[in-house]
Formats: sequence, C-alpha cells, structure tokens
Amino acid sequence: MHLVLEKRAERSGTIALVSPLIAIGLTLLTMVILFAILGKNPLLALDAYFIAPLTDGYSLQEIAVKATPLVMIAIGLSLCYLANAWNIGAEGQFLIGAVAGSWIAVKTQGTDAGAWVLPAMLLLAAVAGALYALIPAICKVRFGASEILTSLMLVYIADLSLDYLVRGPWRDPHGFNFPTTAEFDPVATVPLLIEGGRLHLGSIIALLVVAAAAILLGRTIKGFEIRVVGAAPRAARFGGFNANQLVILTFAVSGALAGLAGIIEVAGPVGHLQPGISPGYGFTAIIVAFLGRLNPVGILIAGLFLALTFIGGEQAQIAMKIPLDVTKVFQGILLFYVLACDSLILYRFRLVFSNRQVTRGAG
Amino acid sequence: MELVEAIILSVLAASTPLLIAATGELLTERSGVLNLGVEGMMIMGAACGFAGAWLSGSILVGALCGMVAGTLMSLIFALMALGLAVNQVATGLALTILGVGLSGLIGAGFVGERITPAAHLDIPGLTDIPFIGNVLFGQDAFVYLSLALIVGVWWFLYRTRPGLILRACGDNHLSAHALGYPVLRIRTLAVMFGGACAGLAGAYLPLAYTPFFIPGMTAGRGWIALALVVFSSWRPGRLVVGAYLFGAVTILQLHAQGWGVGIPSQFMSALPYLATIIVLVLLSRARTGGSTAPAALGTVFVPDR
Repeated sequence: MHLVLEKRAERSGTIALVSPLIAIGLTLLTMVILFAILGKNPLLALDAYFIAPLTDGYSLQEIAVKATPLVMIAIGLSLCYLANAWNIGAEGQFLIGAVAGSWIAVKTQGTDAGAWVLPAMLLLAAVAGALYALIPAICKVRFGASEILTSLMLVYIADLSLDYLVRGPWRDPHGFNFPTTAEFDPVATVPLLIEGGRLHLGSIIALLVVAAAAILLGRTIKGFEIRVVGAAPRAARFGGFNANQLVILTFAVSGALAGLAGIIEVAGPVGHLQPGISPGYGFTAIIVAFLGRLNPVGILIAGLFLALTFIGGEQAQIAMKIPLDVTKVFQGILLFYVLACDSLILYRFRLVFSNRQVTRGAG
Repeated sequence: MELVEAIILSVLAASTPLLIAATGELLTERSGVLNLGVEGMMIMGAACGFAGAWLSGSILVGALCGMVAGTLMSLIFALMALGLAVNQVATGLALTILGVGLSGLIGAGFVGERITPAAHLDIPGLTDIPFIGNVLFGQDAFVYLSLALIVGVWWFLYRTRPGLILRACGDNHLSAHALGYPVLRIRTLAVMFGGACAGLAGAYLPLAYTPFFIPGMTAGRGWIALALVVFSSWRPGRLVVGAYLFGAVTILQLHAQGWGVGIPSQFMSALPYLATIIVLVLLSRARTGGSTAPAALGTVFVPDR
C-alpha cells in the first residue's frame, strides 16, 4: 500500500479556502492527544488555551498587542516568500530595529527633547531593519550565497549585539546591575489607545501595513511582478521582470517592517531595551505567513490566532501547570498541517494497494 | 606545548558534532533533498540522548536514543517533503520549530541532572606518548566514529553502485526514475540517514561535550552544519577540513575570551556565525563557472505513471 499524488488539472479554489481550517482542526486533535499524554484534562486545557483568553477584556487587548509584531513581520515575509526569496532572519531584523530605535531613546534620555523623538525612533528602526535584511539579499544576488543560511546567522549576531549593549554601554546605572536600559521617557514611548489599557498605537500601524500590502499585491504592477517571479520564474524572465531587483526589494521591505515591529515592541509594551524582548516573533511570523496563505487579510487573521496561542499558553501554564514549550510544539505541528493541506490544493491524494491497480488507474 | 595540546583536544571535541551532522546532511543533499531541519533533529537528539543515558546509565543507550529520535524526526520530514511533495525549505523550517519545542518538553525533567560523560580511549603506552598520544589515542568513541562515518560515506558515494544511483537521483531524478530506480525510496533512506546522524550529533553534546542538558544547547550548530555542506561543495574530503576549521574558530574565540584580549565577549561569541557568512559569500563567489550543488537539490519530485 502506498500513497500516490495526482496533479489536479487546476488549483482547487475551495480547498485553498478551507485548508487552513482543516489544518487547525487536525492540530487541535493532535493537541488533545498530547495533553492526554501529559496527564492533563484535554478539554480543560483547550478551554484554557483557546476560550478563556477570549472572555475577558484584558486578555483580548493582550492578544491584539501580541498580534501586532506577528502581523507586521509576517506581511513582510509573505512578500519575500511570494517572490521565492527565503528570508528566515526576521528575528534578527526585529532585534536590530529595536536596538537602532532605542539608541535615540537612550541618547535623549532625561533631556528636553520634544515630540520628534518617537517618529525618529520608528524611522531609524525601519531603516536599520531594512539595511540588516539587505546583507543576505546582496550576498544572494551579488555572490549567490544562500539567503536562508546568511539571514539566519545574522539572527545570532543581532542577539549578541543587543546583549552587549544592554550589559555594557547602555546599561541603566540605577538598574541594580540588571542587563537593561533605563525606562524610556514618555516622548520615546508608543502612546496607548485607551488610558490604563494595553492596546497601543502600534496595532493601528499594523492594520495600515495590512491595507498597504493588500493594495500593493492586488492593485499594482510591482505586486504582480512579485507574484509572477515567485510562481513562474521563466515567464517572469520572458516578461522582462528583474528577479534580483525583487529579491532586494522584498528583503528591504520585510526587514523594514520587522525593524519597525521591533521598536514598537520595545517602546510600547516593554518600555525599555533588554535581552529576551522577543519570544521568537520572527520565527512564529513564518507560521503566520503560511497559515494566512501569504495573503494580507489571511495573515491578519492568522496573526490574531497565533497571538491567542501565546496568551492561552501563558494562562494554561498558570492555571494548569502546562509547560510553555507546549505552545512551541503547537505552532510547529500547526505549520506541518498547514503545509500538508496546501499540498491538497495542487494534488489529489490516493492510497493505492498494489502496483497493478496503479497501472489500471493510469490507463 | 601543553596549551597547544589542550587547544587541539578542545577543537576535536567542538568539531565532532558539526562533522557528524554535516556528514548526514551531505548524503541527504547528494540524493537531491534539502533538509533544513538539522537544528531541530539535533536538539531532539540531545534531549532524547540525555534522557536515554540518564535513565539507563549507559552512554551507548543514550547515543542510540538520540539516533532514533533524529530518525523519527527525519521521517516526518520525508513524509511531508517526499510523500506529500511539500516545499522542502518550509518543511525543514517547520521541523526545526517543532524540534525546539518538543525537546524543551522532553528535556524539562532532566535539566539540572548530570551524567558521567563518555569515556575516553586509554591504551597504556600509546596514549602516554607525549603530545600526539592523547590527540590520536585518547579521544571518546564519538570522535573516532565521526571520522569512520565520513570515510564510509565517501566510500559509499564514490566506490559503490548504490552510491552512484543515489548521486544520480540527486542530479537528475527524472532520468533515475526513467531507468527504473525508486527515487522516492532512495531519498527517504538518505533522509533517514541524515536524521540518524543529526540525532547522534545532538546526543554528543550532553553525552560527551558537557555532561548535562540545557534547552537550546545546540545553539545553531545544525545551521552551521548546513553551511558546512555548502562549504564542502558536497565533497566528503572538504567537509572534514571545514568542520575542523569551524571547530577551531569556536575554540579560539573561547580562549581569546579567557586571555582577556579586551574585546567584548559577545563579539567573540558572534565569530563562528560571522565566519559562516563570510565563508558562504567567498565560496559562492569563487564558484562562477556553474554550481557544484546536486542539480536536483531541493526540487519536488512526483513520479508520473
């Protein structure tokens, strides 16, 4: 008995729409088994993960806060992946953006610098993220070095740079030797949307990014070029589209968005620069991009869903002592099912029991 | 002199996991499959290897557990990338994300425990020879195994018929299929070999390198192993050179930190990653006259009937 893939005559539109839902369903089923193995009541665990966070206002705000960096990074990554450029170092671009933006916050600390500080921080973070992402992009188009490996190596370098800065030159002198900068001044902080709440201006920026990406991909020639270069490289070459230029462009845009997400996280919910500002947003955003089917609106929904798993994971840890790593396992399994279900769009799966049936089926 | 000997010994130890993991990935890639999940398979090998050794009290059982864990992970990859024709890059990333989470879950109960690390060879007379004795005859079994493994892979690829068929699958799967070779089965076996090697390389870390397990202890070694395969131009001989060079960079930065050169430790720790990027750029640049990579590397193959 073995599995045979048959190419569909055309992409299945129905399956393209329902495949993320099938994937989520299969993941939940797998999680039930995993919870049972861990000796936890699966129904209570699922409730703590996916229902409880939706029932109080604070958690709902927290989901939007967590979804903000995920959606911003994933939108950028989706442009790269559509153009068949593999940026997997968004985590590093996120950290470098956070570092670059924090530089202004640290330097203006305690001075009477005005309202220009925050916009300058956002701008510098985006530029720094873009430049950092251009390193693997240029290595790729100029020298042919694998962008997958170089962009990932840069994550470790960004992490160590941040570590050096907050333990060395930027450490808060009144911080009891903790590796952190001082709390940012109010002018260097992303304003809250609701007084006393958690929701901040960054979530609005994320929504604007989603809208901009939807217009770029759906309504502009550049968006069309990106999709053609990824889906049909030969056709793109005949069409005179410059694939290398698109690698540079998509990497720069995704780096800028990741950098922006980094400074928004630091100047928003965190409030100062310290190691561990990201629970792996840059990597989770890869899952968000695929779960959202590389579509801006899909990514928005997928980002909210994965943010829910972060919040749910924290609550399940507090309420039921379920280890935090379960969230990572959940995210990994989800990505597998998403990819497997995507295969259904292009192929029909058939189980074949002997070689003779194969011949008959084809004849 | 003693310092030089100490450095050589620690370079050998640091290079061995890179060499083992890269050897497995080299064979996998020669069959035409790009498995980016090495890091995930390694960290699973580390967690399961330590669990096995701690529960059984035997390093051998631990190493086997690591290999089994790596192989099982690679089977998930094979099912997805070969069975369901899913994009290999995305599947490999998924495997790493899953491996990091799952290893944290499995290893959580063992954090803080210690075991007796793998014994070193000791031949009276030979091991006592000054300087070279310890380097040549005083290593743990993993070091010798890693060298036997790479020689074995070289011999398999270039001196046997199955090795020739495997390389044919990697260079042109359509031709190999047309000649009647079971491309997907051969590739599955190659992926499993890569998984077993990655698992063993991961297990080496808590069983011989440091006698305890910490989450995320592979620290990007799986990715460096992937870069080493590119560095080697998919040739076993160069892989050995590359692995020891990288081991040397890792160790030199550690020693430099000890000497207090005045450079912040974080910059020294970044050196192996920086070196990887520079090497990738230089090598890719040198290779202007066509790529040396297996021609079908990373492409999807669905047999038509």
